[in-house]
Order: sequence, then structure tokens, then C-alpha cells
Amino acid sequence: MAKRNASISVAGLAVPFRIWGQRFAFLGLLALAFALMLLSKAETGALERARTVIVDATTPILDVMSRPVEAGQAAAQSVESFFIVHAENGRLREENARLLRWMLMARQLEVENATLRAQLDFVPATAPRAITARVVADTGGAFFHSLLINAGARHFVQRGQAVVSHGGLVGRVAEVGERSARVLLLTDLNSRIPAIVESTGDRVIVTGDNSPWPTLTYLASNSPVSAGDRVLTSGHGGVFPPGLVIGVVAEASEARVTIQPAVQLSRVSEARILDYGVNGILPPPEQVPARLATPPAASPAAAPVAPLAPAAAPAASPTAGAEAAQ
Amino acid sequence: MNSAMFGAILDYSRRVVPGFTILLLILVAQLPMPLPFFPDVAPALPLMAIYYWVVFRPDLMPRILVFALGLFQDALIGAPFGLTALIYLLVHGFVLNQRRFLVGKPFWIFWSGFAIVTPMAAFLTWILVSVMRGAILPTDVVLIGMVLTVITFPAIAWTLLHSQRWLVGSAQPS
Repeated sequence: MAKRNASISVAGLAVPFRIWGQRFAFLGLLALAFALMLLSKAETGALERARTVIVDATTPILDVMSRPVEAGQAAAQSVESFFIVHAENGRLREENARLLRWMLMARQLEVENATLRAQLDFVPATAPRAITARVVADTGGAFFHSLLINAGARHFVQRGQAVVSHGGLVGRVAEVGERSARVLLLTDLNSRIPAIVESTGDRVIVTGDNSPWPTLTYLASNSPVSAGDRVLTSGHGGVFPPGLVIGVVAEASEARVTIQPAVQLSRVSEARILDYGVNGILPPPEQVPARLATPPAASPAAAPVAPLAPAAAPAASPTAGAEAAQ
Repeated sequence: MNSAMFGAILDYSRRVVPGFTILLLILVAQLPMPLPFFPDVAPALPLMAIYYWVVFRPDLMPRILVFALGLFQDALIGAPFGLTALIYLLVHGFVLNQRRFLVGKPFWIFWSGFAIVTPMAAFLTWILVSVMRGAILPTDVVLIGMVLTVITFPAIAWTLLHSQRWLVGSAQPS
């Protein structure tokens, strides 16, 4: 009898202990989550390194998983193009005629330029290098706008480099792992891009606000900016090279001026990372991996590195680079 | 390999299926979908799986696992570490507390429960991110995302139901 009582009382004690233990575990994990959030806010190196290690390990899996999505997209596009092939043909003929006229003009200008350069002993600007990578994840959501690409420090991607797609700016490289990198989209709340309005010459900052339409800040109130004006990177601050198309002004009111990005950010499947050698103020020297000290051209492994004509030129062979990046 | 050992391995692999489905949904949610504005309003797939498993197999969904999965998602999406982990922990705690009202009830009650959990999770995330980033974030995409999450829930629940039937089993020791 006494034995039974003892066992009951032990069991009776064990249950509240178990409940209390569970409550403490719950509260402990909650506290841990809060602590981690505060530490992340302080941008400690250890947490960022942990993040790049996790992203690096996951990128190959995402790479494989995103292939069927891409194949599906390609199939949908080919079906779509089948139905509009006639209209598309007419449009392309028209465009071809127009481009031929431009080509003639460009040839004349090229000759004229060459003559003038020869007269001035002009030193040409270095052509940017471009690394082409596949977008393996669109980690968007309503709160954080970024992409993951399957190229990293191994492929000479560096923090702060400009990322373009189909001739328009996508964003900049924010984190670099060994074989992956995170691209902060220009729509993200943290994105600030020094820009210039092409038609008026106004210097502005393209400010992301997590909406699909970034706003122009620091624009003079009497500026004659109107919808449809192109907005380009200005190159100020040394982070982005000048002349990359960011977008066109979508809405210009007294209160605010918003732009429509030139690139449809949700459809970016291949991104080109431009290396103009303008590292600007972004990467602290201690974060640049040692292997980047060697010039990219010296390494035969740098297959995806290829010289690029001016940024707005269409992608020469995006898939070749992407395959080489594997 | 003797049959007891094989049985133990099989049993173990059954027990990791719920966690694995959440992991898989975290990855699937990151895949680039070529639809305009879709990434902004994409349904919260992992949340659906957490809700499902906490209701049906809480024994296989310890809070430490939910926490770890949240941290993994934070690493992937570029969120501050702990943000999603915190949300998942709170959802886990809330659903575990209320699960007696959801178990063994018709599907529409189970679904309604999720329709209560989703806005809570979305609203809390919105507040936390707004505070952490020092700006009022747009609410329209959050609302649309929330509605899409609730609407698409039956599809994911159906898939998980079948995975439970075929792989996990419906034994509920609780």
C-alpha cells in the first residue's frame, strides 16, 4: 500500500515537472530567437558566415529543383510563341529595318569616333567583365527582396557588384558564399542606387520600399520629370557603373515619383554580374577572399568570365556561361 | 541485416517524414516562379505543413525541430536569424494548445483554424519586420499573400494527408 502511494506521488510530481520543463524549453527557445534577431541586427560576422555556409550548402539542391520550373517556363514560352509567330514575324521585320538604319549610323559614328580618338590620344575605358549565373531561388516574400544565384567567390563574384539582366539593372550583390551569392533587388527596402534622370539630368537616389515600384528621392521639387523618362545609374559613390538602365518613370506626382524597373524582376532566370573594377565603398577589405587577389583572367577555371560590350547590349550567350558555372 | 534492425530503420524514416515535408516546402517556396509579382504574394507553404503536422502528429513535431526549420528558412530568405523561427515557435505553441478543438472535426473546421493562424502569423511577421527595418512595410502584398495561403491550404493538406497515410501512419499516441 505504502509502495503504491509512493509511486503515485512520484508520478504526480513528475507530471508538473514535465510541464514546467516544457514551458521553460518553450520560453528558452523564444528568448533564443529574440537574442538571435538582435545579434543579426548587429550584423555580427559569425551569423553572416553561418548564413553563407547554409546557403552554399543549399544552392546545389535549389539549382536542381529549379530546373523543372525553368523547363516548364521554356515550354510555356514556346507554346506561346507558336501562337504569336505571325505577328512576331511582322514586328521583327519592322524592327530589323529600323535596326539596319541604326547600324549604318553606328558605323559612321564608329569611324568618326575612331578618327577623333586617334586625334585626342584617348585612353579607352576598360571593358567590364561579366559573370553569368542562374537564379536558383527567388527568396522574395513580402518582406525581403533578394535572389540567390549559383555563382560565388569561386567564380569571382564580389560584394557590391552590379547585377543586370536583359540590359536592365536587377540589384547588387549583397552576400557572397563560396558557390552562391545573394542579390539584393533594387525594390528592397535596403536598396539605394545613385541615379540620373536621362532627359533632365537630375541626380536622384532610387530608393526601394519593398513595393514593386521604387521611388526617386532627393529629386528637386521643380524638376520637369514626367512619366516615361528613363532613369540610369549615375555611377556616383563608385558602387554601380554609370549608364545602366534602372527603369522608366511610372508616375510623377507632386508627392512622389516612382519608377517601373526595366527588368521584370520576377522573371529573371539568368543574371549577369558586372565587374567594372569599381568596388566602391561596399566590401571591407578583410571580407574579400584571398583568391580574388589574383586577376580573374589568370585562372583557366574562370570559365564564366567573358568580356562584355557596353552594359545595355543584349546577353551574348547566357546559357554557355551558366553551364560553365556549374 | 536482420528484420528487427530493418524495422527500426523503417520506423525511424517514417518519423522524419513530417520534418522532411516542411524542409521540402521551404525549398519549394523559394523556387523562382516566372509569374509577375508572384514572389511578393507567394503562399506560405511551410506554415501549412507545420499547422497540419502539429494537429495530426504533434509527437513528430517537437518545437526544437520547428525552431531549427525556422532558422534554416531565415538563412535562405535573408531574414534576420530567429525571425521565422520565432513565428513558427509561436504557431506551434498556439496550435498545440488549441488542437483539441481541431482533431477529429470536419475539414472545414480544420481549414478555419488555419484561416485564424495565418493572419496572426502574417501580422506578427509584418510588425517584427517593420520594427527591425525601421519602416512601415506595404500591407497590400501581405494581405494578398495571406488570402492565397488560406485558399491554397486544401491542396497542400491533401498532399500531406496522403503522405501521412502512405508513409507516416495515423497512430496518435497522444
